Parts: sequence; structure tokens; C-alpha cells
Amino acid sequence: MTGKINSVYTGSGVDGPGIRTVVFFQGCPLRCVYCHNPETQPLSGGEGISSVTLLERISRYKNYYGDEGGITFSGGEPLMQAEFLYEMIKLCKNEGIKTAVDTAGSVMSDTVMSCIKEADLIILDIKMDSEEDYKKYMNGSYKKTVDFLDACCKAGTDVWLRKVIVPGINDKGESVENLVSLAQRFGCVRKVELLPFENMCSEKYERIGLKFPLAGVEPMDKGRLEILSRQIPEEYK
Amino acid sequence: MDFEQWKGFKTNVWNKEINVSDFIKKNYTMYTGDESFLSGPTERTKKLNEKIQELLKKETENGGVLDIDADRISSLLTYPAGYIDKDNEIIVGLQTDAPLKRGVNPFGGMRMARSAAKAYGKEISRRIEDAFEFKTTHNDGVFSVYSDDMLKARHFGILTGLPDAYGRGRIIGDYRRCALYGVDVLIEEKKKDKQKYGAEDMTEDNIRLCQELYKQIDFLGKLKEMAKMYGCDISAPAANAKEAVQWLYFAYLAAVKEQNGAAMSLGRVSTFLDIYIERDIANGTLTEAGAQELIDDFVMKLRIVKQLRTPEYNELFGGDPTWVTESVGGMTDHNEPLVTKNSFRMLNTLYNLGTSPEPNLTVLWSRDLPENFKKFCAKVSIDTDSIQYENDDQMRKVFGDDYAIACCVSAMKVGKQMQFFGARCNLPKLLLLALNGGCDEKTGTEIAPKMAPYEEDVLDYDKVIERFEKYSEWICRLYINTLNVIHYMHDKYAYEKIQMALHDTLVDRFMACGVAGLSVIADSLSAIKYAKVEVVRNENGLIKDFNITGDFPKFGNDDDRVDDIAIYVLGNIYNNLRKHKTYRDAEVTLSVLTITSNVMYGKKTGATPDGRKAGEPYAPGANPMHNREKNGALASLSSVSKIPYTICRDGISNTFSITPQALGKTKDEQVNNLVSILKGYFDSGAHHINVNVLNREKLIDAYNHPEMYPNLTIRVSGYAVNFCKLSRDQQKEVIMRTFHEKM
Repeated sequence: MTGKINSVYTGSGVDGPGIRTVVFFQGCPLRCVYCHNPETQPLSGGEGISSVTLLERISRYKNYYGDEGGITFSGGEPLMQAEFLYEMIKLCKNEGIKTAVDTAGSVMSDTVMSCIKEADLIILDIKMDSEEDYKKYMNGSYKKTVDFLDACCKAGTDVWLRKVIVPGINDKGESVENLVSLAQRFGCVRKVELLPFENMCSEKYERIGLKFPLAGVEPMDKGRLEILSRQIPEEYK
Repeated sequence: MDFEQWKGFKTNVWNKEINVSDFIKKNYTMYTGDESFLSGPTERTKKLNEKIQELLKKETENGGVLDIDADRISSLLTYPAGYIDKDNEIIVGLQTDAPLKRGVNPFGGMRMARSAAKAYGKEISRRIEDAFEFKTTHNDGVFSVYSDDMLKARHFGILTGLPDAYGRGRIIGDYRRCALYGVDVLIEEKKKDKQKYGAEDMTEDNIRLCQELYKQIDFLGKLKEMAKMYGCDISAPAANAKEAVQWLYFAYLAAVKEQNGAAMSLGRVSTFLDIYIERDIANGTLTEAGAQELIDDFVMKLRIVKQLRTPEYNELFGGDPTWVTESVGGMTDHNEPLVTKNSFRMLNTLYNLGTSPEPNLTVLWSRDLPENFKKFCAKVSIDTDSIQYENDDQMRKVFGDDYAIACCVSAMKVGKQMQFFGARCNLPKLLLLALNGGCDEKTGTEIAPKMAPYEEDVLDYDKVIERFEKYSEWICRLYINTLNVIHYMHDKYAYEKIQMALHDTLVDRFMACGVAGLSVIADSLSAIKYAKVEVVRNENGLIKDFNITGDFPKFGNDDDRVDDIAIYVLGNIYNNLRKHKTYRDAEVTLSVLTITSNVMYGKKTGATPDGRKAGEPYAPGANPMHNREKNGALASLSSVSKIPYTICRDGISNTFSITPQALGKTKDEQVNNLVSILKGYFDSGAHHINVNVLNREKLIDAYNHPEMYPNLTIRVSGYAVNFCKLSRDQQKEVIMRTFHEKM
């Protein structure tokens, strides 16, 4: 089976547990205003790659993964290519490599459910806290995202919740409060993480001829983020 | 042999023959716990350390050298006893009569000594000049024999950094022997050997050996005298931990008084010393705080070991490193960790005394080291950027379980093997020489056997390889011959008497050759093979530059197409080197290590077919070229780990920089992830890694405001440096390197 990926990055310590190889899938249904990988948004572009070739590329680093690390499928939205992703997750499992899917939870189907069941971890972005904001900032749906989280729990798969904190948009204490109370409603959430908005991607937007919707917004202050993170209960750290 | 000082030790082979390794394995106490037992610095340690910091600051303000004793020739008995603060020192002994005062050592070469003293406003005394008027130095000897070809290869920067004007170094005396046996036993053993070999046929080799034994015995006597000047009688074994450290240090001190070798490494002493510490703690004469204080004091002494060098030398190496390398950890042949509490204490000096490039702390990494120790090492790396790691599982197979690292990456059995340091050959320059038919690409001067320069406009891989192989044969023969001359003369005129006295009489020798610019030549050949490379000639037909069309695989991306080229080049060089007869039948080994001279080699080399501009620095050691790694940290590490240790037995150096943000979100995550990286890297067959966990911005800030970062230590290439002591060019090169960042 063949899929479309944008790139493979080896040796990340911040995309799931342990040391990981991150596979960036090509294509995403959302258009988040703060997206830091805009080159992965369009369905066109990327590199066609067979599952066997991709497996060969990522299993080369098996020695490094240890008990915790492994592969994180990111993007783009990896679940947009659910069949290919499912195949990859199964192949990794056969090789004894752990898998995580980094997703915005905006697509659902039987194959997506199979992916959720097979993966070791779902890293789910909760971008905003209302239907209205989801529409406004990424052309997505809050309800669909929460349903996705519910589906993960029903499948018995562990979930990490993540939120990118953008100054002036979702950087109030209330935003973290909402995230935590969402986590508390679902027993499969193991971790809650806040990520700082960075504006280093503006160059990327320029290079591919897109307008960066948040051009001019300052990167999230690290001290402020630290203070917000204190709202997260110990059991989610 | 039996001494009351050995009370409580388990006896075995070691008390029938000189065998420190056997003593260690019979008596050491393995430690698998964590670092929570460690003690901080005592008030006394803090005070003494402050004094040293002040002196070091003064030294920097003074242009890099505090003072020089230009009246005397550095040796074991030249100077009266010297102290930093006599009443507050636990371990005593300085190279001269005052801390950081440098001695003059003209045995390697008078000119070097003269110009070094002069550069710091001192004149070598009449007494020294007179003493050397009729004495041949190592440098005199070498230059009296150097052929024109050798001089040219050296002058034009094909063979560089040769140890022909100062001590060759890279020899590790087994300083532990002094503590375990006392000097009298060592003298007796050497006397027996002298008698034995004196009765054999007096061939040239045997005459040399007998004379060497005479010198060794003579200097062991001087070692005892030297210790006496400090009020210590070291003729008998050390009786407790304090004496063990002191005896051992005296032996090392004698070596650095006698020799100004580039790398004067310490060996593998931590676990050895732990045996004495454990015995003292058990009988109630030492506390944990006292044990740490002892090690802190010892390390303070090691930190101020200095040699008188020319400013050019200091510029090349970034400050004045001495490579007091101490190898920590590792496993026994029976796969038991050689980690003790003292392995922790040694690393803990980086917290107690602050970071420092010396001693060059080297962790011998095995997959089976205790997890707590691995984690502690990773934590120290993240906090201090001051330690390096080498693959014990790999080296133990070749060198057994009592080897140590000399300099950066050179393994040898302690007291049983030594090496003839051979610096390195500039590979990209050799490639350019091959293209230009034996002419230097910068000046057009003919420096190698002439052949028609490359004629066509586009470089053809097979044709280039054919040329490269011809010139490789030529340089390898010349290289070995040059080293033969150097080491013959070093043995003759600057023999390491005390260091070799602390070896077995019959030792194995390595002829340690090296290469620089591996990633540049690999990428160059890859460009020729996979892209289109057109040559640009000057008006005299000399190939000066290249136009590259299309992309090509680059070393550091885990792409076998180019990684295999790198391996091919090393195999070719190694095989050619091995064809030639070496001085004292030394076994040829090869290293991929540049130290900081990758900047200098780059300066001396024209533009290369990989797109590197004329004069641009190479990547250090076996590193991929700066910022050509596009697939992340593991892909980069993977390329380097493919280089086979079997053909590079003198070490493969890799310097790795990652930002803390990419390594993990919390300290615990960072520690665990660094352990995973090290585990994966070494399990993949890699040999060495320098780990820096820092941000480029910090270095840029230190570049602009050095006064704010007086003690910023970073790993560069097989050793650590004080960032602010690097030249501006070297600092820029370090800043240019790849920092693995968050995507």
C-alpha cells in the first residue's frame, strides 16, 4: 500500500513518550491559524511511499526507541490516510515498535476506529473550547473532536491531550480550566500538555507562498505558560 | 610479595606480579545505587577552589600564561616543592614551585621553547641555552632526516599537526602501580628485566631496550626523590586512601614535569582508588565527605596542569588543553560493571568545583552499566556539557577490561600498550591534489608525483576514484615514513622515562594515523557520483572551484549511498597505510578525529566538489558537515555509527549538539531520552560521542559577551574546551554546527 508523506524526522524527545521518529503525513482537512507545518496542509504534494519502504526507514532506529519510544504519526492529519496509517501501525506492531498518532480528531470512520484501537497512544489536539471558535480558527468542529476522544476511551486506548496556547486567543486561565475538565470527563486521558505558540514558521509560509494568518503575533511567553501549566493536576503531568 | 599496607585486600595474582587489573577485580565494590549518597564541597574545598579560580582568571588576563620559570629545565627534581595554599591542601605537588607557573621543556625542540617563552615576554636563560648548545633535541633529529617530500607535505597542509617539535604524548603511564606497589618494588622488577635482557644478544633493538630500562630505573629513583621534597616516602605501597591518591598523583606529576606531550592522559584510576576509600570508610578512618574532598582536591590539581606552548599552538587547540583524560565506568570481561561510588565522585567534581575542560572525563559506556549510573551520567551531560562517552562493549573485545583512553578516543591497555601519535592526513586536500595531478590547488606548487591534471570539464566518478587511489598510495607511504622518522627521533632524544617505567618492559605499540575532513571528501565524491560537478580552472589550468548541478546524498542523513563512500575512503587509506613497515613494528591504527584543527585544515584547503568554499572549516572528526543533516538526530548518528571500528581502531569522534527543548520537556524526560539515544547509538556499533545539550543562542551570547561566561565549557572534538578560550574563527565554527532542534 502507498501513502503520501511530507517528511520523516528522527530523534524527537517531545512528540510522545521517549525518543521518537516522527512521520509527517501530507494533507489536512483543517486550516488552523497557527499551523506550524503549513506545507503539510494541501493534499497535493508530498512524497508517495510504500508501507514497506516507510517501515524500513523507521525501523532502522529501533535501537534508540527503548521501552517507551517509537513512532509518532503526525502531519498533516494522519487519519486522512487511515487505510495507509492502519497498515503502518500493524507493521510497526509486528516489528515490536510502539506507535502514537498525533491528530486533531476531525475525521472518523471504521478504519479510523481500527487505527485508534491498534495504536499505543493517541495525542489529541484540543484547539479551542467551543463550536464557534473551532469554526473561526480552523474550520473544524469541537463536538466532533470530543466525540473522537470518547471513541478513543471506548476503544481502550490511552490519550494525551494537547493545546497550543496562542497569546490573545486562548491564553486565559479559563482555557486551561476547560481543557482539564474535559480530561477529567474521560478516563483514558493520561496526560495534559500545553504547547507555546511560536512564530518561527512565518518563514515557511513565505517560502510556500501562503499568508501566515497570525503574522505579527508574539510567541507565547514561556514564563506565562509555566504559570498556566500549574493549573494542570499532578496526575496529568 | 606481602606488605602490611595491603591488610584487608584479597590476594591473588597481583601480589605475585605487577598486575593492577587483577587487584581491582579482586577487591572493588560494585555500586548500582543512585547519586543520593554524594557529598557537596567542604568549606576547605571551596576556599581552595576560589583561589584556583582567581589564579586562572589572572592567567587569562595575562594573555593566557601567568608566569614562566625560564631559568630551569623542567624535570622531576628541578624545582623546590610548590603549593597553592600549603596548610589547606590535602594532596600536594605542583609542576614547578608555584601554581600555574610554567616550566620550560626544550627536549622536544629548542625553537618551540624559545618562541613560547618569548611570546609571553620571557627569555630562556643562558643556563638552558648553554645546556642545549651541544644537545640534539627531538626536533633537531627529525628535521635532520626529513626528506623534501615530507617537508612539502607538512608545509602545504597534507600532513598536519605532526608531533615533531614537542612531546608526542598519548602515552598513559600506569600511575596506579606507584600507589599499589610503592616505587621500590617497581625498581626491583625493572632491574630484574634489565638483567634478563642484558644477557641476550645485543642487537640494535636489545641495546635500545637495555638503555631504556636504565633510564626508567634512574627516573623511578628520581620519582622517590621528588616525593621526598614534599615530605613523602613513596618507596613502599600506599597505606590508605589519601596516600593512594597522593602516590598516584606523584607518579602522574613526574610525567608532566618530564614530558610536555600534547595529551598527558591519566588512565583509569577512579575504581582503583575506590578500593582504598572503601577500606578506610569500613575501618572508620574516612567519611563520605572526606572521600569526596580527597577526590575534589586531586581533581583541582589535575585542572591546573599546564605546559608552555606557543600562542599558535593554543590557537589551534582552543586554549591549552592537556587531555588529562580519565576513563570512568566500563565492565569486566565477565560482564560485571566496574562502576563504584568513586565513579560517581569523579563526575561529581563537575558540580563541586564547577565545570571545566580538564580532566577530560570519559564514560566507558556499556549496555549493561547500572541504570542509575547511566542516568547520572546523562544528568551530568545535560547540566555541564563536560563529558564524553565511548563504547566499552566494542573496545573491551579488543583491549580487554583494563584499558584507558589517551587524549580523546585512543584506547590502549594500561601499562601494556602505547601509541606513536601520528596526527592526521588532510583527505579533501589529497582529493584536490589528485585532480590537479600532484600540484597544490592554492599555489600550483608541485608537491606530489606529477601526472596530467584532470582534463575534462565534468568530473567522472570512476576516473576521479582512479586518481584518488593513486595519490592515496603515495601519501600513505609518505605518511608512515614520516611517522617512522618522528618516533625514532622521539625515542632517541625525548624518551618518556617515567611513563614507560610505569609500563611492562615489553609493550605493544600502535602507529596511530588519522584523517581529517571525512564528511567533506565523502560528500564531494557523492556529488561527483550523483550530481553533475563541473570544474572551474584558473588561467594556469589549475582547478580552483566547482559548479554543482543537481542534488546529491550527503553524509549524516543515514543514506547508504554516501555513507558507503565514507567507509570506502577509510578502508582504502587504512589498507594502504598497513602496507608499509613501521618503526618498532608498531601496528597501524586509524582515527577520525580533528580536535579543533578542523578550522585550520579548512583554511589550508581550496574549494571542494561538495560545494564547500575555499578556506571554510571542515566538520570536526567524523561529523557530518554543518547543517547538511536534514532527517534529524538519529539519522545523523546512524551515519556515523556505520563507520566500522575494525578499520578505525584509534577512534571515531562525533560531536553531538541537541537543544534541551528537543530532548524532552522535563529534566527527567531529558535524562531518560539522552540515555535512550546513547543506548541506541552504541548498540548500533558507534564508537564515541561528545554530548552538548544547549542552545545556539547561548553560544552566540557568549561570543558577544565572553565576560559573562568565564566558565562555559562545551565538548568540541574528543575533549572539552572553555568556549571563551577558542579563537573567534573556532567559536564561529562551533556556532555554525548543527544543533538538533525541535521540529
